[in-house]
Amino acid sequence: MFNILLSANAEKPPVYTILFAGNNFQRLLWGLFVTLRVSLIAVLLSLPLGILFGLFMRRKDPISRGISQLYLAFIRIMPPLVLLFLVYFGTARIAGFHLSGEASGILVFTLWGTAEMGDLVRAAIGSIPRHQKESGRSLGLSSWQIYRYIIIPQTVRRLIPLSINLITRMIKTTSLIVLIGVVEVLKTGQQIIDANRFQYPKASIVIYTVIFFLYFIVCFPISQLGKYLEKKLKV
Amino acid sequence: MEEIVQEQLLEIKDLEKSYEDDSPVLKDISLSVKKGEVVVLLGPSGCGKSTLLRTIMGLERIQGGEILLEGKNIVGKSEEARKERQNLGMVFQSYDLFPHMSILENLLLAPMKVQGRKREEAVQEARELLARVHLSDKENAYPSMLSGGQKQRVAIIRSLMMHPKLMLFDEVTAALDPEMVREVLDVVMELSEQGLTMLIVTHEMGFAKAVADRVLFLEGGKILEENTPENFFQKPDTERAQQFLQNFSYVSHRHVGR
Amino acid sequence: MDIAFIKQYIPMYVEAGKLTLGIAFLGILFSLLIGFAASLILYYKLPIWRRVVQIYVELSRNTPLLVQLFFLYFGLPKLGIRFSSELCGVIGLSFLGGAYMTEAFRSGLSTVQKIQKESAQSLGLSKGQIMRYIIFPQALSVSIPAIVANMIFLIKETSVFSGIALADLMFVSKDLIGLYYKTEEALLMLVISYLIMLLPLSILGNVLERRMRISYV
Repeated sequence: MFNILLSANAEKPPVYTILFAGNNFQRLLWGLFVTLRVSLIAVLLSLPLGILFGLFMRRKDPISRGISQLYLAFIRIMPPLVLLFLVYFGTARIAGFHLSGEASGILVFTLWGTAEMGDLVRAAIGSIPRHQKESGRSLGLSSWQIYRYIIIPQTVRRLIPLSINLITRMIKTTSLIVLIGVVEVLKTGQQIIDANRFQYPKASIVIYTVIFFLYFIVCFPISQLGKYLEKKLKV
Repeated sequence: MEEIVQEQLLEIKDLEKSYEDDSPVLKDISLSVKKGEVVVLLGPSGCGKSTLLRTIMGLERIQGGEILLEGKNIVGKSEEARKERQNLGMVFQSYDLFPHMSILENLLLAPMKVQGRKREEAVQEARELLARVHLSDKENAYPSMLSGGQKQRVAIIRSLMMHPKLMLFDEVTAALDPEMVREVLDVVMELSEQGLTMLIVTHEMGFAKAVADRVLFLEGGKILEENTPENFFQKPDTERAQQFLQNFSYVSHRHVGR
Repeated sequence: MDIAFIKQYIPMYVEAGKLTLGIAFLGILFSLLIGFAASLILYYKLPIWRRVVQIYVELSRNTPLLVQLFFLYFGLPKLGIRFSSELCGVIGLSFLGGAYMTEAFRSGLSTVQKIQKESAQSLGLSKGQIMRYIIFPQALSVSIPAIVANMIFLIKETSVFSGIALADLMFVSKDLIGLYYKTEEALLMLVISYLIMLLPLSILGNVLERRMRISYV
């Protein structure tokens, strides 16, 4: 079964060499970069927006609560691909302008990341025991000082590993933008396979294995970092 | 006068136990317990007395020596050793009741699943035992609804359901609030009066004195002294034991008169 | 909004929804089996097998399902291993879900205290009996919220099946948009279909989580 990966015959070179033919490998990396660019921009936007949303979720008036709950529930319950469809196909029709696949991706993953990050922030603040605040007060600290020296540092400690996990989730989910027409790593892979259909009829096994591991190489270190920090920062 | 031949129930010979980093916990321990005898293990914390009980129960690996119950090996993972160990019962310091089962289910699990006894018969015995420890009204309660003392009494009768030949008590009152210690120790006392063979680790000196037929003093993983309770508590043979008791007389000051 | 159009195509969505749920059901079932077995391997620290499980979990959790499916559906046939897109869906979902369920079971098992095992041991219960009567029931009640969350996650993940030409809800919607330009109608039906499939489970998940929190206070 695996000999096809290595065997060469007169007309056809071994299948793995497709990676090094032309600039195929660079093209794949570029495709990966397109995916990562979308996730990175979305992450950078989600972090501050998520913190704001998290604080908003802690408001107690029923209207704010209703809005934030509804927003979070909708984002949570809909598959990310449905959200992408709503934005990509929906904006053109309803709002009258066409968003590119990449822009739709950034918009959707920012909305998604904001909701998830917001919920993490809300939970992290809520999990700080009340007596922390009270003992701060009994030491004569002002409320600003209590936030500055007690609440915020503890919240951040809890948040860091969780938000790192969120980042890997966003990177993995960004792979979906291929389904709304973005030429990213999977699409580039398909193009390479198509272009070399005659010379490398079995290229797809190599290309998709490589893409699989490209994602792994990106996500694994980040998730390990998350795990490490989770252990290290445990309060 | 009729001569009473007391047979050895438990025999430990040259027991050696060390942790993974090679630091020894038990060194060259040899002891025997006769049928019907109550032996109390005393010693400073970290002396290895709890480890000794856990070793007998098969919860810890040993590096050398033998542990025999009625002459049969109870060390190791073999099916025979496991079978023999079913003759032992053990109660731990922390509440070890199964939280997802009612009190009655806690009592029935092992008799039915291990000994294959009939439910009706086991239920009957469980109810008798519950009555003996004054917990008849709790049979359908769950462990989280019981006080610490009540939980420990259930833990004791849960072991008794298996009709053990030897009971091991590992600081069963150490985690209890002071006012609950008495109700648990009373149960153990009663068992000793009924002739159950027991090996007890405790920090309750008054109780130790009252319940023990024999006292073993451990330190640094070794048995330093073996004595009758009367002698041990009045004038122990070794200096280490003397110091131990002096330290204790302050700590257990509040228990005087028990 | 073209109501007649919606009425006309409801049956198509029902069919697609059934397909999605069918694959999700099988995928979740196998995920639970894989997760259960793998978590036991981790719990008992079986040599070699333990490494295999660890590598599997990392590979599966650090790659997107869509890429896994492309590999199964477009890559493997070149090695002579050919699955239908439905089967690819089930395999892909089980591969992904197995890793998530392993984590759910593992974290449940890790919350059961050692003393529980020891006291069961000292009552004479065998290893299998201890797992069955003592450890697993306690672990499961801790794991259930995570298991339900994983189920929701896996049903949502089925949306990527359209990428391997499965006629699921996404596929049908894209078709209607492409063929008839009925964008609003198609998207509305899409959203409603997922709400119908996921809302009950998500409410159940919330209730379970709240109950867990109360019982552990």
